[in-house]
Amino acid sequence: MATQPTPRVRVPAQAKPGEMIEIKTLISHEMESGQRKDAAGKTVPRKIINKFTAQFNGKTVFEADWNPAISANPYQSFFYKAAESGEFTFSWKDDDGSDYVSKNKLTVA
Amino acid sequence: MEKYMLISRRDFLQATAAASAITAASGYGPLGRAAAQQRLSQSDILRFDPLGTVTILHITDVHAQLMPLHFREPSVNLGVGDSKGLPPHITDAEFRKYFKIATGSADAFALTADDFVSLARNYGRMGGMDRIATLVGAVRAERGNDNVLLLDGGDTWQGSWTSLQTRAQDMVDVMSALKVDAMVGHWEFTYGADRVKEIADKAPFAFLAQNVRDNEWQEPVFDGRKMFERGGAKIAVIGQALPRTAVANPRWMFPKWEFGIREEDIQKQVDEARAEGASIVVLLSHNGFDVDQKLAGRVKGLDIILTAHTHDAMPGLIKVGNTVLVASGSHGKFLSRLDIEVKDKKISGIRFKLMPVFADAIAPDNAMSALVEKVRAPFAKDLARVVGKTDSFLYRRGNFNGTFDDLICDAMRSQRDADIALSPGFRWGGSLLPGDTITWEHVTNATAITYPNCYRNQMTGAQLKEVLEDVADNIFHPDPYFQGGGDMVRVGGMGYAIDIAKPIGSRISQLTHLKSGQPIEAGKTYTVAGWASINENTQGPPIWDVVAAHVSKSGTVKVEPNTDVKVTGA
Amino acid sequence: MKFTTSRRETLGLAAAAGLAALLAPRMSIADEPAVAAEIKKLYGDKKIESGKIKLDVPEIAENGLVVPINIDVESPMTDADYVKAVHVFADGNPLPGIVTYRFTPACGKASASTRMRLAQTQNIVCVAEMSNGNLHMAKANVKVTIGGCGG
Repeated sequence: MATQPTPRVRVPAQAKPGEMIEIKTLISHEMESGQRKDAAGKTVPRKIINKFTAQFNGKTVFEADWNPAISANPYQSFFYKAAESGEFTFSWKDDDGSDYVSKNKLTVA
Repeated sequence: MEKYMLISRRDFLQATAAASAITAASGYGPLGRAAAQQRLSQSDILRFDPLGTVTILHITDVHAQLMPLHFREPSVNLGVGDSKGLPPHITDAEFRKYFKIATGSADAFALTADDFVSLARNYGRMGGMDRIATLVGAVRAERGNDNVLLLDGGDTWQGSWTSLQTRAQDMVDVMSALKVDAMVGHWEFTYGADRVKEIADKAPFAFLAQNVRDNEWQEPVFDGRKMFERGGAKIAVIGQALPRTAVANPRWMFPKWEFGIREEDIQKQVDEARAEGASIVVLLSHNGFDVDQKLAGRVKGLDIILTAHTHDAMPGLIKVGNTVLVASGSHGKFLSRLDIEVKDKKISGIRFKLMPVFADAIAPDNAMSALVEKVRAPFAKDLARVVGKTDSFLYRRGNFNGTFDDLICDAMRSQRDADIALSPGFRWGGSLLPGDTITWEHVTNATAITYPNCYRNQMTGAQLKEVLEDVADNIFHPDPYFQGGGDMVRVGGMGYAIDIAKPIGSRISQLTHLKSGQPIEAGKTYTVAGWASINENTQGPPIWDVVAAHVSKSGTVKVEPNTDVKVTGA
Repeated sequence: MKFTTSRRETLGLAAAAGLAALLAPRMSIADEPAVAAEIKKLYGDKKIESGKIKLDVPEIAENGLVVPINIDVESPMTDADYVKAVHVFADGNPLPGIVTYRFTPACGKASASTRMRLAQTQNIVCVAEMSNGNLHMAKANVKVTIGGCGG
């Protein structure tokens, strides 16, 4: 991989108690499916991000298990019902064992 | 809402009553004195029994035609599924019968295809932005500027040499001078994302498109709707770009945008508009008629859908539930007027007329004439250059072929040494009468696009069939949401049979290599020329040079009637 | 003047119209039974009802490599009653699996969007498992087309 996968997250910094907020995430990654053949006819080995996890104050709130059919530079959006102030931890788990992480604070008032 | 007054048919009857009497009395005959006597005057065209306080004017699919022209409506316009046999999928005698139009009348000439050449010699050209300016001005004068909303359904910036050379600036200047209030887009996007954004940000009119999103974060790219106040009523206009733009046209020209129908988002727009106090909710749509007809039955609360894209012109409103659909034709041939009466923040009545823009009957607006001349001036010499002459009637519209497309296919096969030619089923481009000279303007009116390269390539018989199947499904899928608009790809040098009622993969059969008379073999390779490829970096000369070279070499072109496509299942 | 054919014109209609992808030798493709088998692996022969799932995919993909998909499952999303998992499959890709979501009541609503690769025209099948063990299913067809010729 030419560049280190970089996560990007769009999440509001503030929310009212009980407010439903939409969280949008992106990460740069080829998502090599393992089904593609190179010029020499050899199968390019699979290398994808296979799991996305969203935690809030250490508690898992949403997970996605991605298969090779997920597009390159995978996008994932979902919702969260704001209850208390704290911090999101978003993590992306690569087939090669790497973990890419983004942390975002949320103030609920 | 139940008291819509569909006066259009009665209007047509008024306009054609005299002629009907004459043709009935003299037995039969669309031509001659009867036709000549019923040429419409400017006041006939403008005559309207006003209603309420609000007027909406709709013009669409002008395809950059600044000047009057001939444009023949289709003689074959088949509908499938729920649209089968219903307007706009009826033509000629059936169309005239449905809308009570006399054979040979001005309206018959404007709206149907048969007898076009002889009627054209009597009724003359249609359209021209200076004539449209006169009609718009007259309605504004009658109703008051503050009571009239002028909406443009898109496909305005593309279709001429001048629009291509100025990257749409000619049309932007003209539509700005016409004081268009809002527009939507399709071919506009083929000038590329940056140019569209540049114009949309600067133009005095709103460029609305609720269904365009950036494909990174799914955020809207354009304003989805705008609220106008006219005649004391709040009117919400929601813009809907062609949902299939990224499939039908080169996606690489706007790589960060995605489209789609986004029905639920339209519903949200309607609900928000009502919450903001809209008395009238209009969808300014480039969906195509059949898609809009389906959509009207599924989205609640739309009062009016101003349809576009499929170039249908209908002298009456089509009603689906509480929604009325307007089809205002193309190429500047028509201007639609809707008068609307509002009571208790709701529509209590609508009157409609499809005004035919007969160029010989309408006095040009001087200011607009001057502007049109000014924007054309830098290209005037090129536009007027004669490249040849035609002995045949050249036209574009029809589901399977048009003689102008046959000419383009002939040009590609001879100029590019190809067995087979493929030409896209575009619905835009003017018609030429037998005996007309063919100028550079005529050639480019049928070819001016931003991806004009005429490629030459090898394709197998199997690939040819797959292309035809794919395009056919785009037109004849029974669910309009799976259609893309346009007509069937035009084929030169190869015949085929099509059963439009079959599913994808089994519509096309009997592929025949015409020169040898032999069946096209799935595994065999053929040399194919074509243009308007949606892939980046397509190589080959621009199609207008290919066509001009062919016409110029021929001197006078003659196109034989095309009998190479056998249609069943209609 | 004739346009010579000697110059290299590498892209003809096949590639030009995106046919290359469609006509590429197809690998073994997951089919409907494969999707059914995946569901059976997860839930055995348990009854699956329709309803409750809104599966939003384009009728026609603009780019088979990037097809947006949004799922939205009707649920109060309380501790007592929520959507536990949603599985998305496709019956025309080399492998049937697309994505599996695991929701919690903290989500507030069981809604998620991503983008997927579709090798050809095919059905998308979505199965939702509720916290009480009930199963729901929705299906939608996405057309992957050569494109062009619109007009």
